[in-house]
Amino acid sequence: MKKNSIYTLVALVAVVAFIFFAQSNLDNFTLRILNLCAIFAILGLSLNLINGFTGQFSLGHAGFMAIGAYTTAILTISPAMKQMIYVNVPIVKCLENLRAPFPIALIIAGLLTAVIGFFVSAPVLKLKGDYLAIATLGFSEIIRILFTNMSSITNGAAGLKAIPQATNLWWTFGIVAVTTLVLTSLINSSYGRALKAIREDEIAAESMGINLFKHKIIAFVIGAFFAGVGGGLLGNLITSIDPNYFKFTITFNILLIVVLGGIGSITGSIIAAFIVTIVDQMLVALDMPMNLGFINYPGIPGIRMVVFSAALMLVVLFYRNGLMGTNEFSWDGFFGLFKRKKKTGGAK
Amino acid sequence: MKKIISLTVASLLMILALVGCGKKEAPADSNVIKIGVFEPVTGANAGGAKWEIEGIKLANKLYPEVLGKKVELVIVDNKSDKVEAANAASRLVDKENVNAVIGSYGSSLSIAGGEIFKNAKIPAVGASCTNPMVTLDNEYYSRVCFIDPFQGTVMANYAFGKLNAKKVAIVQEVSNDYAVGLAKFFTDSFKKLTGDDKSIVAVANYNTGDTDFSAQLTNIKALNPDVIFAPGNFTESAALTKQARELGITAPIIGGDTWETQEFIDIGGKAVEGAIFSTFFDAAKPATSETEKFIAEFKKAFPDKEPAGVSALGYDAYLLIIDAIKRANSADPEKIKEAINQTKDFMGASGIVTLDENRNAIKSAVIKQVKNGKFEYLDTVNPTK
Amino acid sequence: MNLGTFFQHMTNGISLGSLYALIAIGYTMVYGILRLINFAHGDIFMMSMYFAFLGVAVFGLPWYIVFPLVIVFTGLFGMGVEKITYKPLRDAPKISILISAIGASFLLENVATVFFSGLPKVFPVPEIFARVIKIGSVSIQVISFIIPVVTIVFLIGLLYLINKTKTGMAMRAVSKDYETARIMGIDVNRTISITFGVGSMLAAVGGLMWGSKFQQITPLMGIMPGLKCFIAAVIGGIGNVKGAVMGGFILGMGEILLVAFFPAYTGYRDAFAFVLLIVILLVKPTGLTGEKIAEKV
Repeated sequence: MKKNSIYTLVALVAVVAFIFFAQSNLDNFTLRILNLCAIFAILGLSLNLINGFTGQFSLGHAGFMAIGAYTTAILTISPAMKQMIYVNVPIVKCLENLRAPFPIALIIAGLLTAVIGFFVSAPVLKLKGDYLAIATLGFSEIIRILFTNMSSITNGAAGLKAIPQATNLWWTFGIVAVTTLVLTSLINSSYGRALKAIREDEIAAESMGINLFKHKIIAFVIGAFFAGVGGGLLGNLITSIDPNYFKFTITFNILLIVVLGGIGSITGSIIAAFIVTIVDQMLVALDMPMNLGFINYPGIPGIRMVVFSAALMLVVLFYRNGLMGTNEFSWDGFFGLFKRKKKTGGAK
Repeated sequence: MKKIISLTVASLLMILALVGCGKKEAPADSNVIKIGVFEPVTGANAGGAKWEIEGIKLANKLYPEVLGKKVELVIVDNKSDKVEAANAASRLVDKENVNAVIGSYGSSLSIAGGEIFKNAKIPAVGASCTNPMVTLDNEYYSRVCFIDPFQGTVMANYAFGKLNAKKVAIVQEVSNDYAVGLAKFFTDSFKKLTGDDKSIVAVANYNTGDTDFSAQLTNIKALNPDVIFAPGNFTESAALTKQARELGITAPIIGGDTWETQEFIDIGGKAVEGAIFSTFFDAAKPATSETEKFIAEFKKAFPDKEPAGVSALGYDAYLLIIDAIKRANSADPEKIKEAINQTKDFMGASGIVTLDENRNAIKSAVIKQVKNGKFEYLDTVNPTK
Repeated sequence: MNLGTFFQHMTNGISLGSLYALIAIGYTMVYGILRLINFAHGDIFMMSMYFAFLGVAVFGLPWYIVFPLVIVFTGLFGMGVEKITYKPLRDAPKISILISAIGASFLLENVATVFFSGLPKVFPVPEIFARVIKIGSVSIQVISFIIPVVTIVFLIGLLYLINKTKTGMAMRAVSKDYETARIMGIDVNRTISITFGVGSMLAAVGGLMWGSKFQQITPLMGIMPGLKCFIAAVIGGIGNVKGAVMGGFILGMGEILLVAFFPAYTGYRDAFAFVLLIVILLVKPTGLTGEKIAEKV
């Protein structure tokens, strides 16, 4: 046990040192991609809690992200800018001068999303599988449609801009760490076991005395909280948001990350988030013409998304358990990877 | 089976990484001036953007050099998505080291990229993005087109002055900030012109992608407006014009520059005959000698298509940057930006461009009508300043 | 609101409602047999319209040859989708199949975008369908008369298939309990394939009618109708064909009347469908015609 703690400490120090180095040395593009990886890790983790650990198929994540993003945006944009941005319909008086520093804004965003998550999930939690999926999808769409129409609060379709860019590697990676900690302690507690029991067989769990409603709500609310925080971080990274961004497509992207990493594995979600975001950028090359030396590839616009959808299909059909299955990271397992390689003489 | 798939995927990824990385490290070659083209090549806005990109490419073909250096276009795809827009913008300024940027079709994408261009101090010239927010508080963003407040006013003036409208019904694409903005400015102007606060008899909404407007149109029909103002994307507008005619609505239907595409006529068919809209230029009434050049080149490249307004604008955005480089006598982004912001009486294909203090173009608008399946010139409206 | 306007709204509502009903039937059929929300149903509907476009605009064949061909071809296409995306996962946990369905849906949309570009294409409407008839102050397209008729014809045909044929009996058996059905000697795979085939053919009919009414096709057009028709099927009682038709009409009329009486809320039109869904799921989850199914432990 002690060895593991030392390894973990060393790894943490390495990550902190890396962030220090990265913030000052790496170019903006790479920093941006790293931030996105971390944000999607947070989003993947929050979805995994609901879908993976508790087995509730929720498709409402886009809505939660929207609430979080708009909250931090409204709280961090300066009042002067707000006057200018709300061109069509002036902003509601009470929101105009509301301002909060970034960390507080994030927390408020998370809490607000959690509260709304509570009210959204409470009525629909007794639904199963497909129905829950469509109902949560419905809520997500309703939230988006509300934001498009409530111009005095959200500026409608024009969205918000001039959001201060407060997101940096410290925040994103830091919150990934916090999320992982919270989730890990939750999963390893009695609550976590109850959630897994619910996932395996609801009726059996209920007959064992587990309060289904209470536990499902806990999962939903915590998932919503982190989804809101993730949304807020995203808003402050790209500095402008509008309701059209929060369509079902992003829920699908996060779902891809969760499935790829392994439904029910925390490490899996984090790794998958990094892989998917980075591969996505590499795939940009596919949409553009490129000269491979012997083949002149004309570039088929849109092929990137085809590859993503095909990837999801492949994973779900052949690698149902994703990268990590339901396993978590452990130092023994990590070193085991290398040991096995040594034994077989490095052959694949 | 699993093994084969894993091996194939792994090798494909490796090839991709090699190619991708190979392209990324583009050294700053001082003999080449790079202009980034920041457009949605895929996604919801790709259809409209295609013609803008073609316009830019045409300009590059006709004017491939300035100050003795070759001008190279670097096209990035912002996928009609805000997050990707930020990434693509970052790619242009951080990895490709461009000297200037043109783009984007779709104001929300320009807004997303704008912060990045501002922070990197690279000048960006918008071709067709008309939302005022694009240049707001951003001295590095300018545009060769007019902005929505002007367009809305132009149409209001036309409805009141030329169509003698006293009552107007508005049908707007509520999830499209361009449409909502245009509708608001139209409303403000029209109410002032008629002096009647109730002159806008109805404001109906629809969402992007809607196909059924019968309910909204039935309500409007009952109110009997003189004119219907329907700002929105051409796909939905064509469909709604059709349904309006099918319902027996005979009032003129007017809109904005997004209607000026071949698809509007294809989808609308006979129903859109007589539709009136404001736009940037007209091929039949060349504004400048540059216009004739542009039209000739366009017809050569696309013999059976009407030159689209956004193509002329893309063409002009490119030309404006080249002109600014010549005036600044330097390819330094900061100097280019200074020169751009001082643009006066620039002879573009889409008209004469002078930038105002907000870096928006003070330009005339052209009113066109659909006649016999073609866009016909009706009138020019000059800016009142 | 005067009488003429009201009647116009009613005809609009019936027209839209019967369209939703037609598509909902296909959805409910598949769900009834497989207990699976076929997210790709909306996209199969979209593909059928592109097939029609290819047949008429690209290959230049007349519509009365292309339309029946499209129906058959889409049926086969749907069966193909089933073989690839659902069959391998038949014994997998529900969540895998749902994800596979979503993945298939996205794949179809993106492939269509690559092949046909995001720009809208004009659907090849047969001339007679496009004409408009005026009755007093009410204008109705010819197609709006045809759609309810087609819906009812197919409804009757489907009910006959399910209740009076051997294949239908097999379908009902598989939907009750597919393990037992298998033991009883029913070829479950074939039955499921046929169900998908029929469901997809119905989607194609819906697509042809939709295309004839609205006349433009885009790759993403199947998403909203797909979701709304699933909601219609749920409202009527999922798994029940008559219920699906009822649900379709309720949803279609509801949307039109919402806009008719509350014009300020037209922006919320799509939200209406979702709100209706959530209300039904909370109040009567088995839908208007549903029976209570005891949950076996």
